[in-house]
Amino acid sequence: MTSFQNIFAAYSWHEVQTAIYQKSARDVELAINKTKRSLEDLQALLSPAAASYLEQMALISHHLTQKRFGKTIQMYIPLYLSNECRNICTYCGFSFDNKIERKTLNDEEILQEAGALKSMGYDHVLLVTGEEPMRVGVQYLKNAVALLRPHFSHIAIEVQPLEQQDYEELIAAGVNTVLVYQETYRKEDYKIHHPKGKKSNFLYRLETPDRLGRAGIHKIGLGVLIGLDDWRTDSFFAALHLRYLERTYWKTKYSLSFPRLRPCSGNVSPKVTISDKELVQLICAYRMFDEEVELSLSTRESETFRNNAIKLGITSMSAGSKTNPGGYVVAPRSLEQFEISDERSPAEIAAIVQQQGYEPVWKDWDKSLMSFEK
Amino acid sequence: MLQIAEKAFTSRLFTGTGKFSSSLVMEAALLASGTELVTVALKRIDIGNSNDDILHHLDHSQFNLLPNTSGARTAREAVLAAQLALEALETNWLKLEIHPDPKYLMPDPVETLKATEELVKLGFVVLPYVHADPVLCKRLEEAGAAAVMPLGSPIGSSKGLRTKDFLEIIIEQSNIPVVVDAGIGGPSHAAEAMELGADAVLVNTAIAVSGNPVQMAEAFKLAVEAGRMAHEATLAPLSPHAEASSPLTAFLDH
Repeated sequence: MTSFQNIFAAYSWHEVQTAIYQKSARDVELAINKTKRSLEDLQALLSPAAASYLEQMALISHHLTQKRFGKTIQMYIPLYLSNECRNICTYCGFSFDNKIERKTLNDEEILQEAGALKSMGYDHVLLVTGEEPMRVGVQYLKNAVALLRPHFSHIAIEVQPLEQQDYEELIAAGVNTVLVYQETYRKEDYKIHHPKGKKSNFLYRLETPDRLGRAGIHKIGLGVLIGLDDWRTDSFFAALHLRYLERTYWKTKYSLSFPRLRPCSGNVSPKVTISDKELVQLICAYRMFDEEVELSLSTRESETFRNNAIKLGITSMSAGSKTNPGGYVVAPRSLEQFEISDERSPAEIAAIVQQQGYEPVWKDWDKSLMSFEK
Repeated sequence: MLQIAEKAFTSRLFTGTGKFSSSLVMEAALLASGTELVTVALKRIDIGNSNDDILHHLDHSQFNLLPNTSGARTAREAVLAAQLALEALETNWLKLEIHPDPKYLMPDPVETLKATEELVKLGFVVLPYVHADPVLCKRLEEAGAAAVMPLGSPIGSSKGLRTKDFLEIIIEQSNIPVVVDAGIGGPSHAAEAMELGADAVLVNTAIAVSGNPVQMAEAFKLAVEAGRMAHEATLAPLSPHAEASSPLTAFLDH
């Protein structure tokens, strides 16, 4: 059975990192002047040498994104169902060792929260949980999806990695998209940040998109948590993963996220930081590498950054997000996963999107398109 | 006049509704284009909502709606989507799009033929989006398609008529209208397709993403008219340069 592990094993973190840092201005110029860009070109675009080509890269990214996605921004919102978690992750508010009261929404609470999201105008929802398979397992998720399906055109989940069979069941129940971020592709570092719990299994997580692809999922979201290790190298590995998946599971769509580590209850401070300038470089490099991949920007980012990122290559945004279960109406004070940065309402963000000359799109999928046959 | 099924069209420019910066810009551009057939993705429409923003801005008597099945990956999904579109938009016209490949949005010929056969039986007026494949276009014609919509180049690519040789065969062989659908990046490409003898073109990205969609829409309108006029007037034949002497056959004259 084909798997990303085989490809991943052929790369060394150190060699990739060295290659990226050795790229020259000439390499960057060659990459900029191509129309189809290779993984080598991506290394050049991610390198420190590309920093002085930022405006040029932004212009290319802007045009490529408009060509493919038009002058539109897709709007989505997270709905946190539970903050119970058996994992210890050094950067996450839900970490098991964080001794704070936990909450999992019941049916009535899920529908109340959903009602609040609908009244904000949302039609695409992202369900988020920690990893507590006993209480928040596949059955819980299937039930939540069944409850929400009549109210939303598009349902995504960001939960613990599951088995192929579980994904098949969830897809049949109405799940469209699964987000599963590797956090970091550096194995040694991954161990440090995920010392206990099922999540500490690096390879099981790495193979999750393969299980999703085999299950016939419609869209997979990949990403790394920026701040755990060298962002350039980690971002390269996410792109390597993306390219493998695009070729292998060619009927599946892909999105990429690049969340920056945010303050949360009981967390570590980032090992590395990425400046706004570098984050723009990353967005443009990803777009130039892959014209079709969706790029998503959450409320982790600041108002100013989000206002200006709309034109740079981003295709979807959240707004008005709460990162705690019940955060919208049911239990506004429950434990949150991280502090958001941009607290503006969906209506305010929609107005900003329009001011930038883009249309906020609330519905871009239909339930009738979900009879997926493998 | 162009006739598809029982409908006659004055304008040979069909348009799309995606990628515009707002519904207002879309409306103004479509009005400027003179289009009479406007395709709209079922997935973008809020069917339960009578005030749906897109539909509201398409509410002009000259716009005939052509729902499309964008997002469908199989014949089965497309047929379900078509039935929903019929109910929601009260039209049996359908632009059949089946692309299992979400990266390049390449149409699936096998599923498209299968869905066309089924949808025709169900009474739909089917306009399938396909590769510029002459045999497939004949098969779709036999299956009862109302027109065929072969691509000029990959959708959204603006590369023009990269499939020109095959489009020429399709146009020559077809008994139903041929609408060149994807890859038209500028008015010159549209004019070229019309000169070749295409019955119409469908343009979306090139208008929606341009710097001034309203002006670009009008430019396309003029280009399509010019191209059609040129086709009807019959283009001057391509002739090789006259040679002063005929080195290969001159001996015959001696």
